Formats: sequence, C-alpha cells, structure tokens
Amino acid sequence: MHEASAAQSILRIALEEAGRRGASRVTRLSLVVGEATGYMEESLAFFLGELSRGSPAEGAALEVRYVKTGMRCPSCGLEFERNGFSFDCPRCGSRGELSGASGDEFYLDSIEIEGSD
Amino acid sequence: MGIDVTIKRAIYEENDARARAIHEALAGRGVFAINVLGGPGAGKTSLIKALAERIVAAGERVAVIEGDLASDIDTRALRALGIEAYQIETGGDCHLNAAMIEAVLPRMRIEDGSWLFIENIGNLVCPAEFVIGEDIKVVVVGVAEGSDKPYKYPFIFNKSAACVLSKIDLKSAMGFDEAYFEAGLASAAPGAELLPLNGRTGEGADEILGWLRRVRDTAAKAAD
Repeated sequence: MHEASAAQSILRIALEEAGRRGASRVTRLSLVVGEATGYMEESLAFFLGELSRGSPAEGAALEVRYVKTGMRCPSCGLEFERNGFSFDCPRCGSRGELSGASGDEFYLDSIEIEGSD
Repeated sequence: MGIDVTIKRAIYEENDARARAIHEALAGRGVFAINVLGGPGAGKTSLIKALAERIVAAGERVAVIEGDLASDIDTRALRALGIEAYQIETGGDCHLNAAMIEAVLPRMRIEDGSWLFIENIGNLVCPAEFVIGEDIKVVVVGVAEGSDKPYKYPFIFNKSAACVLSKIDLKSAMGFDEAYFEAGLASAAPGAELLPLNGRTGEGADEILGWLRRVRDTAAKAAD
C-alpha cells in the first residue's frame, strides 16, 4: 500500500487549512476511509507520526471512520451495506449490486486546531 | 480548547486535478486513453500487443505507456513494430499516478487521433484509486487467477468499463467457474462488458477492439 504518500497529502491539506486560519497547532486529524480502499489505520498513524515531526501537526491524534461498501438489490430495491464476502441481499437473498453510494471514500473530514486568531 | 474545523477534501485532490488536465489535453487532440489494470501476469501486455498490432494493421496510430517495470522487453518489442512506446521507471510503486503520466507525455510523440494504452502496475487494489487522465479503465483477469476476483476486489471492477478474461484457452484446465465470475462481475460492475481473450492465438482481440471503437465513438459524439 501507499500509506506514506497518503500521509504526505493528508498533512499538506491539514497544514494548509490550519495555516489559512492562523492556527499554531493541529491536534486531531479525522479521516473517512472506504473499507474497499484497504488503508490500514495503524500504518497511516505511523507515517503521519513520522512525517509530522517538527510541524504544527506533530502529535496530532488520528481518527479514522471506516465506511462499508454500499449495495443495492435490483430485485427488492433494498439499499444495504456489504457484509463480508457476499453480494447477496439480506432481505430477499437476490444478488445485489454495488450502488456506488459508499466504499471508496478517502478524504480529510475535519481537523481540530489550536491557537487560531 | 481546540476548534473543530470541517474540511471534507479528497486526499488525492491534487492527483485528480492533474488527471483532469491530462485528459483534457489528450481529448483535445483526439487521443483516446485506456488505463489497463490487472494483477501481475494477468495478460495486460499480451492484450495491449494484440490490440496494437491490429490498430497498426488498420492504418491507425497507437502509443503505449508501460508502467510495469518488468516489461522493458515488451517496450522494445512494441517499438520494433513501429509503435510509440515508453517505459515508466516506477521503482517499487504500487500504482501509476497522474504526475508520472504528466512527466512522460512530453517525451513521447503521440500523433493526434491516436489510441493510447497505459499499462498500469500489476495490482488489483491501489490502481483503482488513481485516475491518470484516461477515458476508460479496462481490467484484465486471467482464468488462472480464480473466479473469485470480483468478490475480493470489487472496486477495481466497479471502476472499469470492461473486464477482459484472458488465457481463456486454460479455462477448463483451471476449473474456472465462469458463472460465478460473471455473477460477481455483474454485482461489482453493473453494465461492464465481459470480453474473452486467448492471448496466444489472438482470438477475441478483434471483438475487444470492436468494442473499444464503439466506446470511443460514443465518447467522441458525447463530447461534440
């Protein structure tokens, strides 16, 4: 995986947003991650810790909210989240389809800053 | 007390912006770009070779960017056929990104109206996340990889307009469960085309090129 370059991008965005608001520190980074992307929280935390040293984001807490893959059943219309390896609809048992509604997210949702004007 | 600030910015926004610029520049010159995805040994290079030979034979232009470090031999083989081919030195990267394509394009002579095949790095996870300026993605799966791939890696299929099922001549020897595979593909990528290929004989390549032509012409019409 490419958690190192992802961590770089996360820090770039967070520091830009913090700088724009005159903040002196970033104390939390909150990410939303689709489970299909395969990003590991431990690995992201490691690289964020290493790459943020000496920056206003040093020591920032990492929060990751994982999002399941969104599915839709073409037979009964149920919108559901994929559970494990199966694509099947939990209500009628028909084969569901990826709805595209969720599962491939990867964005910086919010940050917590200190020392803002 | 800290202040909570809502951001909601995509981590790869910079890559996405670069990819949009690349796509606009290519489309403006009538270049149709195909991002070819698949695991190591799936048959990506064989597919590109089979299509490139047919495109050259039809008197059309084709260019190839190879992202797979192991296939420098293939780059030379393509050049021997008179095809503009370029090898990207990716080191240990697990996917191509837009900056790599941006760096390579000025070094290539891609004629207006060309086809452009970009062979991504052998991996079914990371390349699905990165747009690189392509018109469409095509994912290649060899029957030897097993029929469960759409269930394990649904997003790479979901983002692909077609799935080329390669090494189709080995289907029965491998006990490949085509019905299971097809059902998984239909779930992961509703509406995606399933296109069989025998890379050794070239069987199926004409149909794949025919499908690509239809997609390209539809895209060109939509852009007018």
